[in-house]
Amino acid sequence: MSGSKRKEVITFSDYDSRGARRVEAIVRTFTMIVTIAMMTLVLFLLAYLFVRGVGSINWQFLSDIPRDRMTGGGIWPAIAGTLWLIALVSAFALPIGIATGIYLAEIAKPSRPVRVLRVAIANMAGVPSVVYGLFGFAAFSLALGFGKSLLAMGLTLACVTLPVVITATEEALKQIPNEQRQAAMALGCTRARTLGKVILPTALPGILTGAILGLSRAAGETAPILFTGVAFFAPVATDVMQPSMALPYHLYIMATQPTTPAPHIVWGTALVLTGMLSITNAAIATWRSAKRRKLQW
Amino acid sequence: MNNPANTKKNRIIRFQTGLAESGQTTFNGLRNTRGLDSAATIFISVLGWTAIFVLIGIAAFLIQSSLRAFDEVGIWSMIAGSGWFPTSSNARYGFLPAQVGSIWVTTVALSACVPIGVLSAVYLSEFASKRFREAAKTVIEFMVTIPSVVFGLIGLAVLVPLIRQHLPVDSGLVALTAGLVVGIVCLPTIISISEDALRSVPSELRQGSFALGNTRWQTAYKVILPAASSGVFAAVMLGMGRAIGETMVVLMLAGNAGIIPASPLEAARTMTGTIAQETGEVVRGSVHFSVLFTLGLVLFVITFAINLFADMILERSRKKWRR
Repeated sequence: MSGSKRKEVITFSDYDSRGARRVEAIVRTFTMIVTIAMMTLVLFLLAYLFVRGVGSINWQFLSDIPRDRMTGGGIWPAIAGTLWLIALVSAFALPIGIATGIYLAEIAKPSRPVRVLRVAIANMAGVPSVVYGLFGFAAFSLALGFGKSLLAMGLTLACVTLPVVITATEEALKQIPNEQRQAAMALGCTRARTLGKVILPTALPGILTGAILGLSRAAGETAPILFTGVAFFAPVATDVMQPSMALPYHLYIMATQPTTPAPHIVWGTALVLTGMLSITNAAIATWRSAKRRKLQW
Repeated sequence: MNNPANTKKNRIIRFQTGLAESGQTTFNGLRNTRGLDSAATIFISVLGWTAIFVLIGIAAFLIQSSLRAFDEVGIWSMIAGSGWFPTSSNARYGFLPAQVGSIWVTTVALSACVPIGVLSAVYLSEFASKRFREAAKTVIEFMVTIPSVVFGLIGLAVLVPLIRQHLPVDSGLVALTAGLVVGIVCLPTIISISEDALRSVPSELRQGSFALGNTRWQTAYKVILPAASSGVFAAVMLGMGRAIGETMVVLMLAGNAGIIPASPLEAARTMTGTIAQETGEVVRGSVHFSVLFTLGLVLFVITFAINLFADMILERSRKKWRR
């Protein structure tokens, strides 16, 4: 911003009340149309998915294995694979992510190393998912010897999810007013006790929302699992060292394979995946806003 | 960081609590709470630092796996090489087709989503009622939950036929198609970060401008946008980082051609698409394998630089309004 521009900011020179009001109305309407168009687009996409996919959803589709060279049957192994991955990512990413969030919000004092940690976490969120895929392949599949397995996929997706969980936890903790901490400490609680008895229970809705958001991102990611163990076809895994199918990859491969198109499977899979994530997120958002109304300060 | 736990007042209180605990008097009926306290603190702090090892690990593994390509192909002939023929007998590993493809897709994506995103952010922060804003935020949150592979699928079904019908292209799988869909994927990032930037401008500035007789729009473009410009710019940078890193959409829609695309109306391959498509198929430890890691390293360095830059701008604009 140059100095001359600053001077221009507050000025009566071009004051023209009627003209200004007309421009105001035009801009207001225009930006509103843009915003509403954007929102309509999202709703259109969801509606489109629903209309194209709802016809394929039935019990067999949800519970059967793929049949007839992937053109019939169901997608249960892919659903199970995605559930497996969600469980693994929760096991790895939630403890570390929540602990890091607590560390940043409650324990760390402003210093250079802590600043570096924050920048690193902000940057982790921007690393392309396919780069996580390469990393997971090199680190978990090859170096640690997990091969193409659920474990390698889960660890890779946990890395993708980590920054989301950390940021959400930190934000949730920061929103708790300081008086709560001070009151607990005035009653003689140590920091650990304050955290366990006062801070964490109050921040729980926020932390859980962030965790679920992170998990649903992980569940929808395709690129990080491409090289670490996702399979075109595999039975439902019984332990974490097996490769597995997963919904996003199943969708990708069914949508792009040119030889035996099976549109009902493609759209059904897309609806199951999106529906799973949307319903979870809608549920958690409702729960959070209900909790928030109760906890007002 | 504006951490409430570290205000001066709070530090004093912590100090006093510490005094109380160091004596034998405990108010909460627990003995040895100090030991527990420091154990918990240390445990959390150690876990807190593990995140940074992931980032270091990414860089380390990418570099380590790229060494063979550095050695046998040479970094310069990869970054500036114009031919990508990894499987021919006289293999060439030039990144230019993928880099130019990424640039086209990103350019299209940003020219689609920056105007829409910033205008929406202005509306939401300056004009919209609280209720409308909440509704819009819910919709934007929904947008974030839709996986990019689903966007890719909808692009294939809806946009590809449209592009093929109305534009002079052979197939609809061109950089333009991929760019438009990537633009939609980046929208939430741009809207929410620039809206945050606009709303973090202190309300005194807004009120002062109203008091001088400015309308909302005059206030927005004379006062608020200039004041929030760095934040909005950071939002665009972060959107750009997302666009460059988006994988599934471009893999499904960009066409993955081998040549350097001269315009967005040609099929293109991007850096992300190339890695995603070829890494699963190459022989482990081969030159081609190593080259793909180098491509990943290039991608990592580019996005890292963009994010670092955006982060610095955001931090500075946060400091500007802190009192």
